[in-house]
Amino acid sequence: MKITNQIIEKHGLKLEEFKIIKKLIKREPNLLELGVFSAMWNEHCSYKSSRIHLKKLPTKGKQVIQGPGENAGVIDIGDDDAIIFKIESHNHPSFIEPYQGAATGVGGILRDVFTMGARPIALLNSIHFGSPKHPKTKSLLNGVVSGIGGYGNCIGIPTVAGETKFNETYNENILVNAMAVGHAKKDKIFYSKAKGINKSVVYVGSKTGRDGIHGASMASAEFDENSEEKKPTVQVGDPFTEKLLLEACLELMKDNSIISIQDMGAAGLTSSSVEMASKGDLGIELDLEKVPCREENMTPYEMMLSESQERMLIILEDHKEKNAKKIFDKWDLDFVIIGKTTNTNNLTLKFKNKIVGEIPIEALASKAPIYDRKWSKRKPQKNEINLKKLKKIKIEDALIKILSSPNHSNKSWITDQFDQNVMCDTVQKSGSDAAIVRIHNKDKAIAVSVDSSANYCKSHPILGGKQIVCENWRNLIAVGAKPLAITNCLNFGNPENNEIMGEFAECLEGIKQACEFLNYPVVSGNVSFYNGTNKKNIYPTPVIGGVGLIKKLSKPLNHEFKKENSTLVLIGKTFGHLEQSCFLRENYSIIDGLPPEVNLLNEKNNGENLLNLIEKNYILSSHDVSSGGLITALSEMSIGSNYGVKIQKPKNLTNLMKYFFGEDQARYIIEIDTKNLPKVEKILKDNDVYYENIGFTQKDHFEIEGELKISTKDLFKINNAWYNSY
Amino acid sequence: MKSSVIVFPGSNCDRDIAVALEKMQFKNQMVWHKDTSLPKTDLIVIPGGFSYGDYLRSGAIAGKSLIIDEVIKAADEGCLVLGICNGFQILTETGLLKGTLLRNKNLKFINKDVHIKVINNQTNFSKKYKKDQILKINIAHNEGNFFTDKTHLEELTKEGLIAFKYCDEKGNVSEESNPNGSLENIAGIYNSKRNILGMMPHPERMVDELTSNKDGVNLFSSLLN
Repeated sequence: MKITNQIIEKHGLKLEEFKIIKKLIKREPNLLELGVFSAMWNEHCSYKSSRIHLKKLPTKGKQVIQGPGENAGVIDIGDDDAIIFKIESHNHPSFIEPYQGAATGVGGILRDVFTMGARPIALLNSIHFGSPKHPKTKSLLNGVVSGIGGYGNCIGIPTVAGETKFNETYNENILVNAMAVGHAKKDKIFYSKAKGINKSVVYVGSKTGRDGIHGASMASAEFDENSEEKKPTVQVGDPFTEKLLLEACLELMKDNSIISIQDMGAAGLTSSSVEMASKGDLGIELDLEKVPCREENMTPYEMMLSESQERMLIILEDHKEKNAKKIFDKWDLDFVIIGKTTNTNNLTLKFKNKIVGEIPIEALASKAPIYDRKWSKRKPQKNEINLKKLKKIKIEDALIKILSSPNHSNKSWITDQFDQNVMCDTVQKSGSDAAIVRIHNKDKAIAVSVDSSANYCKSHPILGGKQIVCENWRNLIAVGAKPLAITNCLNFGNPENNEIMGEFAECLEGIKQACEFLNYPVVSGNVSFYNGTNKKNIYPTPVIGGVGLIKKLSKPLNHEFKKENSTLVLIGKTFGHLEQSCFLRENYSIIDGLPPEVNLLNEKNNGENLLNLIEKNYILSSHDVSSGGLITALSEMSIGSNYGVKIQKPKNLTNLMKYFFGEDQARYIIEIDTKNLPKVEKILKDNDVYYENIGFTQKDHFEIEGELKISTKDLFKINNAWYNSY
Repeated sequence: MKSSVIVFPGSNCDRDIAVALEKMQFKNQMVWHKDTSLPKTDLIVIPGGFSYGDYLRSGAIAGKSLIIDEVIKAADEGCLVLGICNGFQILTETGLLKGTLLRNKNLKFINKDVHIKVINNQTNFSKKYKKDQILKINIAHNEGNFFTDKTHLEELTKEGLIAFKYCDEKGNVSEESNPNGSLENIAGIYNSKRNILGMMPHPERMVDELTSNKDGVNLFSSLLN
C-alpha cells in the first residue's frame, strides 16, 4: 500500500515529520510502521512541544526516589515506606463519551501506580466543565462523576479528594484529570527499564480489541464539529479485570521474577514495548500472532495501536515463567509470552512467521522530533477596578451569591457517589483543605490535594503558575502535613499557536519558581495540549496534585470550628486584592486585572510557622484563605460545624469589600483556645509572621459586628442548595 | 473464635473485614472462592465489594461459585454467617436469605454515614447492643434498596427478623431517613434461625475512632461470646 499524503495526515503526522521518518529508517515505512510512528510521535506520547520547557522544572530533593520519566513519581516518607503518585488527563475521551472516558482515566492512572509496585491507597480528581447553563454541561457532569465513581468504587480504592469547577472556557472541551496515590516498600519498587537479552516478554491482563485505536493521536488534535464521530476511539473500562490485574501483579511482585514492567496505556502495545526497550538500550521482538485478541481477524496494525484497557507488559527473569503463569491463572487472566528482548536495538514485529515491521528503537524514542515552538510573552492587563463606580451591594448579599454559586457550592452531590471509605484508612474525606489517608498499620499518614486557578493563569501565567503551587502547598499545611512533592497535569490549548505556547512556557516558569523556593519538586506529570474546539482554546489550566506527610497522626486537623469562644487569628497580611476575584466574578461578572501578588518568602514563612503551631497542638482548626477571600473561608469553617463567628471590623483597611473578599495570598485562619493565645502570638512575633486577631467563635450565628448576622443553619442551606436543584 | 472470610474475584472489603476481625481477636483466615472445602470455622463472612464486577446482577455469579455450596452446608448446620453489602446481595442470590436488593431509589451510588436502629438485640450478632440503640454507620452501594414480598415482610416483622432499620440521628424511622428506598427502611435482616445476618451498612468500617467511630465494635463482640 502506497503511503499517500492523505494517509500521513490521517495519522496526525506532518509531511515534514514523514520526511524525517524516511530519513531515519532509510526507506518508506509500510502502513503498520507508519501507525507505530504515529503512536510514538504524537504529542501525547512524545512530549515534543513541551519537553524543552519541562526540563526546567525542579525534580530533585532529598525526598525524591524517582522523578519524572517513569510510570509515576516516587517519594520517601520515612522508614521503609515510599509513596508513588501521578496525575493524568483524560479530557478528549471524556468529552466524547463521559462515562467511559472518565472511568478509563481512573483505570489508566491506577495502572501507572501499581505497575511500580505500589498498592493504590487514594484517588483524586480535578474536573472542569463549561457553564452550568450550557446544554451539554449537565450530562457531561453526570457521566464523568458516574464514570469516576464506577471505576474507583468497583476496584475498591477510595476517592478521597478533588475539585469540580465550572467556567465557560470549557464549554466545548471539558477537563478530566485523575490522580492516583499508592504505597510501596522502598526496596520493592519496579521500573520499566528492560535488562538482558533473550528474556521473555509477557502479555498479561485483558484481551486486545479494536477499541481505542489511535486514541493517543486523538488526544493530540483539536476538536471540530465532527468530534462526536470519534466515539469508537474511546476505550471501554473494566474495573473488575483491573482489580484482578492489580492483585495478580502485586502477588507476582512479592518475589524477584520481574525485570521490568510497563502498563499498556496510551498507544498500547507500541509504547509499552518501545519504552522498555529504549530505556534498556535493547531491541524487542514481538510475535503478534500470540497476542490474545478479543475479536477475530485482527491485523498487526490494529494490535499495535489498540488501546484496550487493563493490560500490562512484563519482562521476566529466566525460568520464572511457570510460577508467574500460575498466579495469573489463579486470577483468570491471560498470560502469554509474546516475544523476547534482543540485541538488535530494533522493534521487530512478526506475524505468521514473517517480519511485518522493523524499526530502530531510537527512531521511535530518542530521535523523535522535539520542537522549540515559538511563544510570545503575555502582556498582562493591569486594569484596576474602581469599586466606587460599581453598584453598591451588601456584604451579606455578596456572600450569599458566592456560597450558592456552582463553583463554591457544597459538592457532596458528587462526593457521595464515590466510595471514600473503602480500605478503612481514610482519616479525612474530601471537603477539607486536603484529604488525609493513613499508611496501613502505621501511625503516619499522607495528606493529598489537587488545585487549579485557570482565571489567574489566563490573566498572568507566571503569577498564576506560582499561585497554584502555593495554594496546593497551603492546603497540605492547613491539615498539618509537611508538603513533600507534586505531580502536575498541564492542560493547555494548541501549542502551535504562539500565545498558547507562551501561556505554557510562562505558567511553567511560575510553577518552577514556586517549587524551587518551597523545596516542592515535581516528580511526575502529564501534558495535555490541543484542548479547544475550532481554534477556541481553553484557559491555561495547570492542575497541581500535592502529597504531604503527617509523621505522627493523632487527631486529624480540619477546617471546621471546634467550640465556642475560641480566638480566631488571621495569619498573613490582607491588602484587599479584588482583581480576578470570585467576588467580582459572581457579583458583577467582571473578570479583569491581575491576580494577587505571590510573595514566596511570606508563603514559606507563614506556612512553616503554622506547621510548627500545629505540631505543638495549639490549633483547633485551620483553613487556607483562597477564592472568595476571608469571609468565604470563615463561612466554610462555620458550615458543617455548629459554631458561628463574631468578627470585628478591620482597623486598618477601610473598604470592607476589599477586606472581606480580597484574595491576597499566604493567608490562613486558625482557631485557637483563647488561653493559648499568648504562646501562639509569641511564636508568630518571634518569627516575623504577620497576623491579626479578628474575633471569636460563637454559637449559632455568623456575625460581623454592625454588618451582618446569619444563622449557621441558613449558611448551610445556602451552600447546599445548588447541586440538588441543578 | 474462628472466622473465615470468603474472597471472590472483585471482593474489595475483604482486607477491611479481616483487619476488623483480627482487631477483635478472631482467629481469621481467608478462603478463596475456588476452594471446595471450608476450614473449621465458627463464623463465615462474605465481604463487600463487586464480586465478578457485578456482572449479570450484583452477587448473581458469586452465588453460583464453588465455595458457596460449602457455605450453604455450613449455614444449614448452624454456622454463623455474616454478609455485608455485596455479601448481603450474594446471600439473597443463594437463597440463604429471602428478598432482594434493588438499585438505590436515586439510581446513584451512595457513600455516606447514615444512622441505623438496632431492632432486634437478642441475637448472636446483636446481643451487646441495646434495643433501639442508634448507630452511625457507613454505607457504600449502588443496589441497597431492600425489597421482598408481603408474606416475607410479615414474617420478618412478626418473628423479629429485622436486624436494623435506617433512621435519623434521633431514631426516627421515616422516608427522609431512608437513604436508598428500602422497604420499611430495612438495612439488615436475619434468616428464620437467626444464624445468618445480611446487612448493607459496613460495620467493619466502624471499629476505629481515628477513621470513623466504634459503633460497629459491638456486632463483633456480640459474636465473640
